[in-house]
Amino acid sequence: MIDLDATDRSILAALEKDATQSAGALGRHLGLGQSSVWRRIRRLEQAGVLVGRRLSLDPEALGFGVTVFLGVKLATRGRVSLEDFERAVSAIPEVQTVQHVLGLYDYRLRVVARDLADFERVLRRRIMTLPGVGDVEANVLLSEERRPGPLG
Amino acid sequence: MLSDADRRILRQLQADPALSTADLAERAGTTPATCARRIERLRASGILKGQHAVVHWPALGYHVEVSLRITLDKTQRNAFDEFLDAARDIPEVVEMQTFLGRVDVRLSVLARDMAHYQTLYRSRILTLPHINDIEALMLLSSIKTGQGLPL
Repeated sequence: MIDLDATDRSILAALEKDATQSAGALGRHLGLGQSSVWRRIRRLEQAGVLVGRRLSLDPEALGFGVTVFLGVKLATRGRVSLEDFERAVSAIPEVQTVQHVLGLYDYRLRVVARDLADFERVLRRRIMTLPGVGDVEANVLLSEERRPGPLG
Repeated sequence: MLSDADRRILRQLQADPALSTADLAERAGTTPATCARRIERLRASGILKGQHAVVHWPALGYHVEVSLRITLDKTQRNAFDEFLDAARDIPEVVEMQTFLGRVDVRLSVLARDMAHYQTLYRSRILTLPHINDIEALMLLSSIKTGQGLPL
């Protein structure tokens, strides 16, 4: 684990907001030289802190009007292979994220669909037919906000 | 409204956002000039909203991530707004979502370890306004990430 100073934190926060900024532009903003920013970014990458980029798209403009979070409980815990379930659920294109969790449910899924009718199709034909799937709870996403995290 | 070329570009960019325009154009089967023009148009129309660095929190010592599913006391006016405003002040909250369903709000909370989580939970989470009920799901492992759209 690496220690961050205030400059590292500012760089991380700036890149979380906009990852396309060049080291030069970031440097001008933070009052640092381009090579010094570049070295810090390299160090953050090598330490496994900066692990890539995420593209932000407008799902609705692309025809995906509905996002649903699913809590899934496996029906026959212990008898069904977690690997089989994970492999099958990850292969569904509409399933954006799969998390193995501890608590009321076994898995958390984030599912995107064109509309509610399309979601129903995905739920019935692809989710409910997964090996070992038991109780499923659906919550339809209304709004979402990402925060910079504990960088302060 | 979206051409096949736009879709191909977005699909490739989604798979690897750090691609140069030249590499992106090649993978999407267009010329670099066309590719740059289309990306500019996608950006101007708000379809392509931006790119964000992904921070791997465990590398910074945050080894615990908990998904808190919260129901609010809806008899209180402004319960949602007041709750979200207060949650925004907690640095360890990395995601906030509101829902239609059994759950009203979901928070993703980071902590260094279970002791830190317990402190956060008692001093910052339970003190948030208008909470009716909380359920916690602790993240064991992420199987699929990326949140790509099936374009």
